[in-house]
Amino acid sequence: MKLKEMLLYSEKIFKESGFYYGLKELKLKEEEPLKFERFFARLRGAVVAARETALHISASPIVRNIGELCFALYTPEGDSIVLSTGIIVHVHTMSEAIKWMIRNDYEDDPGINDGDIFSNNDPLIGDVHPTDVHTMIPIFYKGEIIGWAGGVTHEIDIGATTPGHDPIVSTSRFEDGLYLVCEKIGSNHKIHKDHRIRCQRAVRTPLYWDLDEKCRVAGCYIIRDAVLKFIDEEGIDYYKEFVREVIEDGRRIFIQRVKERLIPGRYRAVSFAAIPFKGKHPLKKASKDILMHAPMEVEITKDGKIKLSFDGASKPGYHPFNCSETAMQGGLWVLLSQVIAYDGRVNDGSYLAMEYNFPPGSWCNTKDPTASFGTPWMFLIPAYGALFPCLSRGFFARGYWEEVIAGYGPTGSMIAGGGIHTVLNIYFPVANFELSCVGLGASAIKDGLDWGYAMWNPESDQGDAEIWELLELGLPYLSRKVKPNTAGYGRYRGGSGWECIRIARNVKDFEIYLVSLCHLLGGGIFGGYPLNAGYLLRAHNTNLKEIFENKMDYPIDDEIPAERKMENLIKGEVIRNKEGVLFPTEFKDYDLIHYILFGGPGCGDPIEREPERVREDLDEKIYTKDIAEKVFGVVAKEVNGKFIVDLESTNERRKKIREERRKKSISFEEFKKIELKKLKSLPEHVREMFKESFELSPRYKKEF
Amino acid sequence: MKEYDRKTIEELIDGKLPWQKLKEIITSEKDRKRFFLVRDILQQRVRFPEKIILPLSFHLFIVDKNGERVIKCDCGFEFGDYRKNWKEKARVYIRDTMDKFLEVFPEFMTPHPDWVEIREYYCPSCFTLLEVECVPPGYPSIFDFLPDIEAFEEWLKEIGD
Repeated sequence: MKLKEMLLYSEKIFKESGFYYGLKELKLKEEEPLKFERFFARLRGAVVAARETALHISASPIVRNIGELCFALYTPEGDSIVLSTGIIVHVHTMSEAIKWMIRNDYEDDPGINDGDIFSNNDPLIGDVHPTDVHTMIPIFYKGEIIGWAGGVTHEIDIGATTPGHDPIVSTSRFEDGLYLVCEKIGSNHKIHKDHRIRCQRAVRTPLYWDLDEKCRVAGCYIIRDAVLKFIDEEGIDYYKEFVREVIEDGRRIFIQRVKERLIPGRYRAVSFAAIPFKGKHPLKKASKDILMHAPMEVEITKDGKIKLSFDGASKPGYHPFNCSETAMQGGLWVLLSQVIAYDGRVNDGSYLAMEYNFPPGSWCNTKDPTASFGTPWMFLIPAYGALFPCLSRGFFARGYWEEVIAGYGPTGSMIAGGGIHTVLNIYFPVANFELSCVGLGASAIKDGLDWGYAMWNPESDQGDAEIWELLELGLPYLSRKVKPNTAGYGRYRGGSGWECIRIARNVKDFEIYLVSLCHLLGGGIFGGYPLNAGYLLRAHNTNLKEIFENKMDYPIDDEIPAERKMENLIKGEVIRNKEGVLFPTEFKDYDLIHYILFGGPGCGDPIEREPERVREDLDEKIYTKDIAEKVFGVVAKEVNGKFIVDLESTNERRKKIREERRKKSISFEEFKKIELKKLKSLPEHVREMFKESFELSPRYKKEF
Repeated sequence: MKEYDRKTIEELIDGKLPWQKLKEIITSEKDRKRFFLVRDILQQRVRFPEKIILPLSFHLFIVDKNGERVIKCDCGFEFGDYRKNWKEKARVYIRDTMDKFLEVFPEFMTPHPDWVEIREYYCPSCFTLLEVECVPPGYPSIFDFLPDIEAFEEWLKEIGD
């Protein structure tokens, strides 16, 4: 049977029976459950070993240190069987790429043969964004294709119009950089020379590209060898039946987990992303303020199925934040693998246990083949911020309070760029991934994880400053410090964020761009607040050279923006604003940039936080004294660098806060009148957001 | 089957459990009777006599009031039928100016009112802050959670609780 026939058969039988490959019984698992689990662990071990071994081939800190890679094993039709740790975003993306090749008759032309190597990074086929590059090899046994191995790494540079991996200026596909559209890049187990030359000339960091590609290929071959050894020992018939059962088992486990931990019903939360491009983007068509709308509805059906819908989402646009359907799958699965399918059994069975509605033509299912998909995470990350609060309401009602997560800090403040290092006379990129350590949202029983979470990589790691300096030669660090007041307020607070200050040194033709989240939207849960918003701070034409030479105090933090510490310590042009975006801007020697890594949202009413916990927050500079008093109602005084809580004054202050709430609050009817009045004079970007949602979804319009 | 004693679960929901024990609970298989145990603990703590059907948050519960399913705050205030958005019975404070943002956020760490407003929903009786929404101006109030109680009761039977 040809692959296309196998794929059609698999889809048909699932549709008809509701079971993957029609498997109503899991014979191998039921007959010898321990053997089944042992063999699953063996295959999982193979893909994890592939990741852990292959990453040492890469030279990129993003892959080597942060672990932005993932490997997986697939059936011949492209269904994922088992995934490694790492960016589990790609549970289903490579599946779609393999299936796309099969549907497009690759078996006939260009042919799928033993020793072939394929690569893809097109999100409209199966990926999140072009900088996540896939390598896939077919696995043959005695002349028959019995599966695929795939690997993905996140590149340092993808050859877009601006340097780095996540462009912000792109308005169309033709500015996104290098696209590999399910291309055969190798045969006879060797990468084609012309492909290597083409790619190395298409990106700014060819060395990193080449070693990343070798890393992916090596990982795929480690998986292939492990699979062939498995077959040699257990037989091909056992292997074929086993992998089908593993996928159906994944589907059943997912449903069982939902029924075990959640409550059937309808959950709603909404997220937004503010893109303040008006008057800033160099192209007129893109120079507008954009408000992305992501109304999430999660329905948990009585049979344990999760139905996810973004009906009512706004439209795509002339920016790189558009998402393909597979990008949305990527964002979804990396989260579900953290809260429901976290035991290593996540695969395409879990994918089949859900239903999805990413409305075609909206930002979350952009169909336009000319659209830019350079940086979909700018929309994906806030959009899926609604998923944890939705599921958490179910976990809480079910009694599993330890599973509640109010949300997460967005991995914003994405600094990127590149320039020439004047001493070494080489190009250096700024492609930093320390943003993979922001604050996690609070739980219903404890505070969120401080400076240690990224929604897109469950094994987040900020990386050593010195490692980033080896890559980003012209942008050494002056400091990394805890940023007070970044943690979302609540009975349990969100994880705290932090801040960085860096200077340009020995550079020429050096540009930096940065998107920061200056108008955060979303929320906490059960009365917890959202995390606090950020701001942009940089300095040009400074006297830092003189400060260093004279061993004077230099800025190592901007703990309390109102104190204007930066402006007081250095001379020069200090720019501090809430514009939210810095388009590529030249930085010269001794210019300085500061950025914030965000905190997470809170859970519960802040005035119910135990005063002792607030005291610890004050000692650790998570919050400042004024916030402790105004928001948490905790009155404390500082003695020799440590805080002491005045319990009597705290009780009084908290009573007063409740009384203030009573006085200043209004009825829902009054609130509704005020909001309806606002609809008549909305800011342009808000009006446009509603208009787009109404046009795409009559249901949303009617309900509104 | 995994089970924890009442004291452990009380400490858990009070946020008092030592990390080692909490980590064990997070990483172990779930205790299937947790729902009943937590509900029972909460029932003993609330000030109203009605039977809790489902806890919704730290302070809100769906209760059985003479055969009707209504949402109650633990202080006793009734928000009405659980199939309607309880926020419609709450008191609301809208932070939609920079001055109101600066009451709770540091300078430069506020959102901007052209993009965002923050809505605080309070219980009209005890004035506990029950939910916070952070949405653009004019955005409708969000109905967070509508449980399917009948289906849930079937689940509880199905898994043998």
